[in-house]
Amino acid sequence: MGRLIRLDRTGHTTLAEWTEEAGGAEAAIEAFRRELDRGMIASVSHPDGTAEVVRELPLDADLVVMRRPIAGG
Amino acid sequence: MSTDAITETGLAEAARLVWREDASERTLRRDGRLWTAWTVWIVVVFCVPGVLLLAIEPLTFPAAVICFAHAWAIPWLQARRGARQVVPIGSERSAARREDADERAEGVALGLLGDLVGHAERDLLTDTGLVLQRGQLGAWLVGEQGAFLVRRGTRRVDCWCVRVSELGELPAGDRVAHLLLALREDELGFAKVANLGFSGAAWRVRGHLEERTRPALDAARAEARS
Repeated sequence: MGRLIRLDRTGHTTLAEWTEEAGGAEAAIEAFRRELDRGMIASVSHPDGTAEVVRELPLDADLVVMRRPIAGG
Repeated sequence: MSTDAITETGLAEAARLVWREDASERTLRRDGRLWTAWTVWIVVVFCVPGVLLLAIEPLTFPAAVICFAHAWAIPWLQARRGARQVVPIGSERSAARREDADERAEGVALGLLGDLVGHAERDLLTDTGLVLQRGQLGAWLVGEQGAFLVRRGTRRVDCWCVRVSELGELPAGDRVAHLLLALREDELGFAKVANLGFSGAAWRVRGHLEERTRPALDAARAEARS
């Protein structure tokens, strides 16, 4: 099952979930694009401890995290 | 994992900073040396007049002491500033300790952060409030408003000031998760975006950390040595 979450003031909000069997991918893609339009950045973590920024929703990912940009303090 | 999605290489935040030099091992080494040179300069600038005063007239001892105090205090303050800017979860300046902090949200954010790291890192996070992340440059310790980097093969700690651009009311765990993800996406880009607030010997930073946070720095140093 894939899950799209946004880091926010509640800790995180689940925006969409999808599976091959149950579907939900279209709604997830729509939610994903909406977040990108809001200036969020999508990040997918890998088992080797790295992460990757994605501009399209990877439907084979287990977890996609939408985060805000960072800046020097 | 391979994805069919279109991916970006490098941190988007770093790509926007066109006026900034790209970070690399070379620039980090150079900046470290500049910090050392600056510290030596401060010590010399204040100690030499102090010694001269004592040589010329021992009764100027109070003025000489003021000079020596400056030579000690300025590097001390710089190290303190570097140590304080990272802000471990649960520390005095942590978002989790705000009066209006939402305990439930803090718990949810910490849970997610725990899921993002391995078992050993989770234990270290619980004990110290910092997340250990191994990188190509060395071992990073990520806090709410910055990160420490112990570069591989050195005893030096770089203190980086970096945070979520719109903090809002983000819980402490989410602040760290933002930085951790960005660091994992692009280590050198992360170093480009962040501001280097201090670079110096690890013992100078360690002394300014809360007691419970010090094991995290020790772990990062051990990691950077291995």
